[in-house]
This record gives sequence, C-alpha cells and structure tokens, in this order.
Amino acid sequence: MKLLIKNARLLDPATETDKKGSLAVAKGRIVAMGRKPNDFTPDKEIDAAGRWACPGIIDLGARFREPGLEHKAAIAGEARAAAAGGITTVCYPPDTDPVIDTSAVVELIHRRADASGRIRIHPIAALTRGLAGEYLAEMAELKEAGCVAAGNAGRPIVNTQILRRALEYAASVGLPVFIQPEDSFLRNNGVAHEGAMSTRLGLPPIAETAETVALQQALLLVEQTGVRAHFCRLSTARSAAMIGAAKKSGLPVTADAAVANLFLTDMDIDGYNTDCHLIPPLRGQADRDALLRGVADGTIDAVCSDHQPHDFDAKAAPFSLSEPGASTLEVLLPLMLERVQRKAMTPLQMLRCLTAAPAAVIGLESGTLRKDANADIIIVDPDRSWTVDREAMLSSGRNTPFHGWEMSGRVTHTILGGRLVFEG
Amino acid sequence: MTADNIQLDDQGRLKHFLSTEGLSRQLLTEILDYAESFAGVSGRAVKKVPLLRGRTIVNLFFEASTRTRTTFELAAKRLSADVLNLNVDASATSKGESLQDTLHNLEAMHCDMFIVRHNNSGAAHFIARQVAPGVAVINAGDGRHAHPTQAMLDVFTIRRHKPDFESLKVAIVGDIMHSRVARSEIHALKGLGVNDVRVIAPRTLLPAAIETLGVQVHDRLEEGIDGVDVVMMLRLQRERMHGALLPSENEFFNTYGLTEKKLRAAKADAIVMHPGPINRGVEIDSRVADGNRSVILQQVSHGIAIRMAVMAMTMGRKPGGEEAEE
Amino acid sequence: MTTIDTGEIEQFLTTMARQLEDYLVERGFGDPGIIGIHSGGVWIAQALHRALALESPLGELNIAFYRDDFSRIGMHPRVTPTNLPFEVEGRHIILVDDVLYTGRTIRAAMNEIFDYGRPASIGLAVLIDRPDARELPIQADVTGKSLHLQPNEHVKLHGPEPLALEITTTNDG
Repeated sequence: MKLLIKNARLLDPATETDKKGSLAVAKGRIVAMGRKPNDFTPDKEIDAAGRWACPGIIDLGARFREPGLEHKAAIAGEARAAAAGGITTVCYPPDTDPVIDTSAVVELIHRRADASGRIRIHPIAALTRGLAGEYLAEMAELKEAGCVAAGNAGRPIVNTQILRRALEYAASVGLPVFIQPEDSFLRNNGVAHEGAMSTRLGLPPIAETAETVALQQALLLVEQTGVRAHFCRLSTARSAAMIGAAKKSGLPVTADAAVANLFLTDMDIDGYNTDCHLIPPLRGQADRDALLRGVADGTIDAVCSDHQPHDFDAKAAPFSLSEPGASTLEVLLPLMLERVQRKAMTPLQMLRCLTAAPAAVIGLESGTLRKDANADIIIVDPDRSWTVDREAMLSSGRNTPFHGWEMSGRVTHTILGGRLVFEG
Repeated sequence: MTADNIQLDDQGRLKHFLSTEGLSRQLLTEILDYAESFAGVSGRAVKKVPLLRGRTIVNLFFEASTRTRTTFELAAKRLSADVLNLNVDASATSKGESLQDTLHNLEAMHCDMFIVRHNNSGAAHFIARQVAPGVAVINAGDGRHAHPTQAMLDVFTIRRHKPDFESLKVAIVGDIMHSRVARSEIHALKGLGVNDVRVIAPRTLLPAAIETLGVQVHDRLEEGIDGVDVVMMLRLQRERMHGALLPSENEFFNTYGLTEKKLRAAKADAIVMHPGPINRGVEIDSRVADGNRSVILQQVSHGIAIRMAVMAMTMGRKPGGEEAEE
Repeated sequence: MTTIDTGEIEQFLTTMARQLEDYLVERGFGDPGIIGIHSGGVWIAQALHRALALESPLGELNIAFYRDDFSRIGMHPRVTPTNLPFEVEGRHIILVDDVLYTGRTIRAAMNEIFDYGRPASIGLAVLIDRPDARELPIQADVTGKSLHLQPNEHVKLHGPEPLALEITTTNDG
C-alpha cells in the first residue's frame, strides 16, 4: 500500500531532521522524507497537520509474558498496547518460562509477534542456561535464531569467573550483552531503596551499592573482555556518573534507564503502594534528577519502558510479598513528552533516547525516517491531553503507578512496515 | 508525611489502629485516658464489662505469638466480645493468596474486628484496605514496621511514672533496625511531645536515615543514656549473629547490655523498660531487670488496658454521635 | 433556658431525705448501701448521706461501660472509675441519680451492680423525675420533684457547689 503522511513536523534524530514535510511510504519502506515525490500516488493519505511524524519507538526492555506467564499477559494483547503507545520494536528480556536459551523459544516468540502483526520483537538470549548463572547458553545458535543480544535479565551471575567467561563468549559470538547490574549479597532480599522511606515503612532495604558495586565489577570485566556492553535499568546517580566516566575513558558501553525511575522516587511507595514496587527500586530525588540529566546529555543513551504487566493478585499483597514491576507501554512516550514541554530536552533529544539510540545499541538499521528504512512510523499529537486511567488501559497489566496522572501528548497513528496498526 | 491516614474516619476518630505514626497528641492522649479507665476493670472480681457484647473479634496471627495473642484475647473477653483465634501459617501458600482468601472467608462470617500479626511490613495496612466498611483492624505487629499497642502500653507506663512528656529524655537501646517496637515507640513519644529521644545501637543495627524520624543517634551506651529519664531495652534475636550484624551476644552485652553500673549514667530516678520477652545477660542484666527501677512487669499488666482501650475506640464509632440519653 | 436555684433544690433534697427515711423505716433496712451514679447522682447521694447521718461509706458508680448506646456515641475518655467500698452481696442498696428520664441509665446501673454481687434489694432515689419520658419499666421510690417537660426540653444538674438545675430547649426532639 502506498501511504502519504503530509504536513507533519518531521522529527528524525538519526538524521537530525526537524522540519515540516511529508513522508512517502511504499512496500513497507520509506520512499521519501521531506517533499512528496512528484510521481507518487498514494492509496491512503494522512494529514498530520499540527502533529509530529517520528520513527516508531524501540523499547529495549519490555516483557509480554509469553511463554510461561500467560495469566499475566500475552503477546497479542501487549502488542496492541505497545502500538497504542507508539512502540514498534521491543527487546524481550530472556526471563520467560522456559528461558530464552533455545532457538525453539525464539521461534515461538517470533511467530507470536508476526501473528499479532503489530510489533517487532527482538528476543535477548540468556547468557547462561536457565539464567542460573552456571553454564553458558548456546549463544551462537541463539544469535542465528535471531537474538540481538545476550543478557542476565536482572538475575545476577554471582560467580565472577563465570560472568567473565560469559562476557568473553558473547564477545566471541558477536553478541552485545545486556547487563542489569545487581550484587545479590548487597541486595539482601531488599524491596525498597535504602533510605528514610524504607526505614519508616520497615521495608527491607536495597543499598545503592547493590547496583554500583556490581556495575563497577562489570565495567572492569567489560574492559578486560572487550565485549560490547549495554547496562540496563540504571537507578542511581552514582551509576550514571560511572557510565559517564567509563565512556570518557573510551569504553564502548551504553546504558538505559526505565521510564519509571525518571519520574518517580521512593516517596511514591508511601502507604505501601505496590504499584510502585519496582526492581530496580525507585530511589531518591537526587538519583532521579541525575538520571534525567544523564538522559538529557546522552550519558544514558536510551529510555525504555521496562514494561512488566502483572495480574491483580501479584500486586494485591503486602509490599514485600507483591511482585515488582509496572505496566508502562502506554505512558513511555507521554511521560518523555513532558521533558520536552518543560524545555528540559528538545524534541530531537527526547526522541533520540527512544529511537536512534536504542537502534544503535542493538545494531538495527531502523529507528529512523531516512529513505529506504523500514516504514515504522508514529504520528504524535503533542498537545492532546488525557488522564491515565487504570481501567482504560489496553495492556492486560493494570499495574500502573501513574493512575490519575495528567498527560499531554498521545500517539494518533502507528505504522509498522507501512501498515497502519493503530489509530486513536 | 504519610499517605492519607487510613486509620482515621472523616471525623478524625480511630477506625483502625495500625501505627502510632501521624496520630495527633490529642488522640494519643485519649487512648491513654481510655486505658486508665479500663485499668480498673481488671482489678474487680467480675473482670468484664458489656461494652462489646455480641461482637466477634478475630485474632489473625500469621506469626506465632502466645503472649501477644493471649493479651488481646483477654482484652476482648473483658469487653464481653466473642473471640476467634486463627493461627495461619504465612509461608503455607504462595504470595498473599492465603491472606486474601482467609480474609474473604472471614468476612463472609461477619466478623467485626481483625487483630493482625504478620511478618511482613504493611500487612495490617493491606488488610485494612481490604475489609468491609465498619470492620476494624488492629495491628498486633507487622514485620519491622509497627507494633502500636506495645508502644502505647509503654508510654502509658511512662506516663504513670513521669507524666510531663515535654521534659523527658528517653533512650531506646538495641536492635533498632529490625524493631517494630522501636519505630512505634518513636512516633508515639514524638507525638506526645517528647523532644529528646535517643536511639543507641552499633551501626549495623541502625536503619538508614533513622534520624529523619526525629531522634538523636548514638553508638555508645553511656553517652546515649546520659541523664535520661527512661531507658528502654529492646530484645536481641539470635539470628542477628548470622548476616554478620553482630559478632556475639557476649560482645553485645559488654558494649550495650544494661548493667547497674552502666545505668548510673541515667538519672537517679530513671525507669528501665523492656517490651519482652527478656534475654537475661544479653541486653539486660538480671539485677537490673528485677531491680527497683524496672517497670517491666507493669508494662505487661498495662497491655490489657491499652488493648481494651483501642478495641473500644475503634468499635464505638458508628455514625450518629448524638448526645447521650439519660 | 430556666434555672432552678439552690434554694429550691434544697427543698427537693429535704423532700427526698424525708421520703428516704420513711422508705428505710417501713422496710426495716438499718444499714443500706447508698450508691450515687456519676456525676450528678454522686452529689445528691452525698447530700442525702449528710442529711441522714449515715455511717456506711458511699459508693460511686460509673455506668460508662454498661450503656446501651455505646455503638452510637462511644465513650468519653476520662472516666472516673466505679468505687464500691462495701460488699454488694445480700445488701439493701439505694441507688441515687439526679434525673430519671428514659430509665436506661438505671438499667445500666443495675446491670453493673449485679456484676459486683447479688443485692438483697435495690431502691431508687432521684432528685428530678420526668415520668412522661420513660422508655423502660422503671420507677423511683424516692422523688425530690416531678417535672412534666416537653420532649425538646432537657434538664441538667450542675454542681457540686452550688447545686443548680438548668432546663434548656433544643430545636429538634
């Protein structure tokens, strides 16, 4: 189908484009950006006056719970929610059940994604079998099956020698590694950021060093092994500083932060609000502010949703017994738009964290509006206000910490490979 | 600083008793005054009053505790209520299923009050949010968060000996980090106007940012209890040696254990308290525990009056509030 | 609002003392236990105790825990506890209150007395009786003064010195 999006403000961080114009799409690819080619006769036109046209969002960490946790959510449903949130590509952490350590699981995920027709899923392979931290997973086979990276999905590899070998092997296979840094001993079964709030509420604390010690350790091993490493879901100011220093010294590392850690702090768990029970935990104001600065100046390359949909029972329990995670696909972009509204970031800067930067992390050619790229495009009305309503969410997981929040900005169209997969 | 205080109804009366945090001085004082009234009942031949006759009170204990459960049971019976004792194994089923299902089953039986003890911080809050309107929840201890009735019986005891809260210096000694009693104690004391509250413990047993609760922090016992009117010793559990929090009970006793000699740093008429059960020779020397400054046994007897008070207050609160008829 | 002053109250007390003396003599109750209901009844009981020069100590009853309207109005925190310095078992009791209105206070008082023991008898002495307002089958044996008031009028005894009765009118019933 030939599609023409006209009168849009074209925003493409990868090409530093910010101008009014149109996008021509044919055969699933972008044919022209800027001015409509004279010989292009579209089958469908979208008038995007007053709105933005951007690359579809690439989310480096979202869990759709298939296979294994279908009582929480499934690919078909979450893909619909993702499309509504303007997310066209998702990286799938390996902690499914079974774990992504065989090509069969990779194939299942690809099939389900294709069947939904609304999302591209790039599975992340497990670094170790069963994510148990003991034996290496068959990363070559998993890369062959289509995995874009290998990671630990937030389950620490305690044995540092095994961690080193896993990083080396991934480097050898040519897979970047996604590391969510956590020292399990310092984590000590904690559930909330170590601070005044955890003390008041009597919740087992998670020290800042649970993240920074593991990060430091991993940085040194990355240096030693030469693997390309992406550090996931950073939550502390110190971690942002450490990444900045590592980059400065020439280490090829990248990092992301979960959107919740950019907008919430440990104050939000007051009253034992289980929707704010997250891992990594919501930390202090200084941490949040440092992460926002890191995102604005590029120290932290990408922002992801860290989407973790949960069934009702998982959150209907006393805090430490509730399962951590928030359902965030539908608020990722609207929350980040707030940064632009506050003039903390320009539209291009903001979109970079959601498109060009994550694409670079996993080596995708998409995440851009340049000619011949995949036509994964979203049209955004930056001024449309709406209120987050738990009951109106499309995700099967209603566990949102943002219920009642006023948002300004919404996706009106999502196009995947040239097909319209969402219109709102 | 707490989220809307779910303990209070829209007229500021107690509808649940979950924590001493965020309660006004007036309300805390009211609890103490009610307890004074009830203290007399236990001394009579007929130790009952018909206040809660026909009500059903459920002791929902997910954490075993004979002492606390018995005091609550006695308090309920002295108010003429019917009591149901449920000991639920918290680990039996997965992740809060037992909590939800147990609650729903009990609600179907129209119980009026749940007294909850659980090893998870926030469990009592969780239950209070689930129960039907009109059902009261009393926190008998949740994880390391709160043990409000213990704190109230402690300040009740203090008030009987030293009624001028504003001028008091109070020291709490021991495993502050894991202590729900310590936290509730601090909120109650501050709420009643005690300005000088000290916590004394080795660094490993002090929780992060504890000074934000309005207390001075000491890691030396003599320094911390210098000139205090009340010394409250907390129980040290054996498990603290695991997890590298302390090297030995012996060393703890030598550095933080309350002996007659160490007690001299406090005021000459200072009282010694302990929420119990006491570990003799670990946190406190027998001679001090049994000595004439110790009010530990009084604390125990005050427990029933305080529990009767909070039960009566949370139940006697139906809409209306008209003048009493003669 | 009307006030009945101390002078008139003295007269009511004299009437009560006389009636009580007759009551006790007729029945041959030599050593009754006088119990005043907090707080107005206690003041009246003290006056009667003086007037009749009784030797046995006075009892003071607080019915806060026995009221039947607890669920509706709760309790007042400061409650002077009940103090009965004599054995109730087998004793002839004179229960004293300031105003007899619906009768519920007396019912609560009797329930409480029975929790202390089984009295031989209970007689009721009240300063003011409002016979129109009764909701339970309870009557006074000794009455200082009978008042017929409107439902929206309320009478309250102030004391202990000087004793004064205040009659107020409210808008609702």
